[in-house]
Amino acid sequence: MSITVKNISYHYDNPGSEHSGRQVLCDISVSFDRDSFTAVIGPTGSGKSTFIQHLNLLLRADQGDILYDGESIYAQGYDRKKLRSRVGLVFQYPEYQLFETDVLSDVSFGPKNLGLPEDEVRKRASQALLQVGFSEADFHRSPFELSGGQKRRAAIAGVLAMQPEYLILDEPAAGLDPAGRRELFDMLGELHKKGGVGIILVSHSMDDVAKYADRLIVLNEGRILYDATPAEVFSHGKELESIGLDVPQAAKAAQMLRNRGISLPEGLITMEQVKTAILDHFG
Amino acid sequence: MFRDITLGQYYPGNSIIHRLDPRTKLLWTVVYIVTLFLSDNKYSYLACVLALGIMIFISKVPIGHMIKGLKAVMIILIISILFNLFLTEGDKLFSFWIFTVTRQGVRRAVFMALRLICLILGTSLMTFTTTPNQLTDGIERGLGFLKVIKVPVHEIAMMMSIALRFIPLLTEELDKIIKAQTARGADIETGNFIKKAKAMIPMLIPLFVSAFRRAGELASAMEARCYHGGKGRTRMYPLKYGASDYCFMAAMFAYLAGIIILKVFLQ
Ligand SMILES: Nc1ncnc2c1ncn2[C@@H]1O[C@H](COP(=O)(O)OP(=O)(O)OP(=O)(O)O)[C@@H](O)[C@H]1O
Ligand SMILES: [Mg+2]
Repeated sequence: MSITVKNISYHYDNPGSEHSGRQVLCDISVSFDRDSFTAVIGPTGSGKSTFIQHLNLLLRADQGDILYDGESIYAQGYDRKKLRSRVGLVFQYPEYQLFETDVLSDVSFGPKNLGLPEDEVRKRASQALLQVGFSEADFHRSPFELSGGQKRRAAIAGVLAMQPEYLILDEPAAGLDPAGRRELFDMLGELHKKGGVGIILVSHSMDDVAKYADRLIVLNEGRILYDATPAEVFSHGKELESIGLDVPQAAKAAQMLRNRGISLPEGLITMEQVKTAILDHFG
Repeated sequence: MFRDITLGQYYPGNSIIHRLDPRTKLLWTVVYIVTLFLSDNKYSYLACVLALGIMIFISKVPIGHMIKGLKAVMIILIISILFNLFLTEGDKLFSFWIFTVTRQGVRRAVFMALRLICLILGTSLMTFTTTPNQLTDGIERGLGFLKVIKVPVHEIAMMMSIALRFIPLLTEELDKIIKAQTARGADIETGNFIKKAKAMIPMLIPLFVSAFRRAGELASAMEARCYHGGKGRTRMYPLKYGASDYCFMAAMFAYLAGIIILKVFLQ
């Protein structure tokens, strides 16, 4: 169940715009499997959102190929619907896709489109809603009267209900409060570990990706700059800064301590790691 | 997907025509339409075509780009040509099956086609060389005299400019919504008409919800900045006629007079 991206390039055709015809993705090759929790980072306009839309065929590359499970998704007669149910994509600010009269029916939209029987649809929908932290009491509320964070979770449930093998999320935590972010990421971590769902997410928060991801892909101007573990990527602090990114707060704190002569090991990127290292140093 | 929808496409440029006051261009459009309908012989048609040709030439809008705009009305154009060609009584040129083509028919078909093409190209030259904002400004100022008879000119112009501003936003939004629903397995590309129409519901409801939300937000934003209608409102860039506007208008009235003379004397 792996996704293999081979040398894809893409440009938008926009008659009116001055950027028309510019390459947004250049020759990207990468592969994903379900065991990893991957984060895609990169400065604004680097092509992250464009890239992830290729993985479930919402956009089609100009060149190159994408294999799902060894089979080209560009092949004639490839079942797009099936692909989209296996590679679930949650857009940035997904709450604007809600449209039904109650939360449960909205979440049922995905599985219903897969042509599943009614009771299976309900089962998957309620399961997905419970997974994202809804209680049964909220199932029949109108999606439009939920709070922003609840809407976000309802929208994620809408994709989860299709029981995808991969879950791709575009800045899922944007606009959430700290508790909301934590809950969301914990839920994704759980989904990954227990549910065996491969996670690919786009994020602008270095701290979040340091804490949760086990693989980082750095995009810049449509090309892959790094593809490695977070610790390794964040060891290139200078390079990241030059393209408008940063290292996590914890890595900065560790560096400051090192500058003050406290010898901490390299590659500390989360607060947890820094804390243990300091305790080890003095303990 | 839906980003290609453009309305009154502005063709960026810096020609004399682009820099004219929008009111001058509005007046030109009206005058040009009037002359087209005054024309009834080959000399005046020639003058109309020539005037349009000169305008297009100095506006520097590529002619191919302008002709693209004709595609939308191609069917109307063809139908009107055929009707005029076959249904005009007069001296028979030739006939086949049940159709008869007359000399007058050919003449009327040619003139009709010319008139339609000039009408469309002449009016679209206005939108090609004027940004929507300038256009609404021009309408507001140019039609200001209607306020005397209680036509809410300012409000109409404001609605127009907001609507124009919203079109790209909404198409972008629709594009996003369609993608998001497609990712949930929605399918608007296959199936019969009823199935497709039904499949549009999950796209349209969020679109309307977001349109209303945006409208509400915009209204609050306008009120927060003390917008209270057009009364007493001054402008950052007041419209002013320049020397080129006066020259252009002189040429325009000379052209109008010429067409009238041709009409009167070549009866
Ligand atoms: N629908 C579109 N039409 C034309 N150009 C687009 C479109 N969407 C994105 N672009 C352009 O493609 C480039 C990459 O955009 P993309 O949305 O993939 O960036 P991103 O990395 O997701 O940025 P952000 O972090 O701001 O979300 C940008 O330069 C953008 O202007
Ligand atoms: Mg993005």
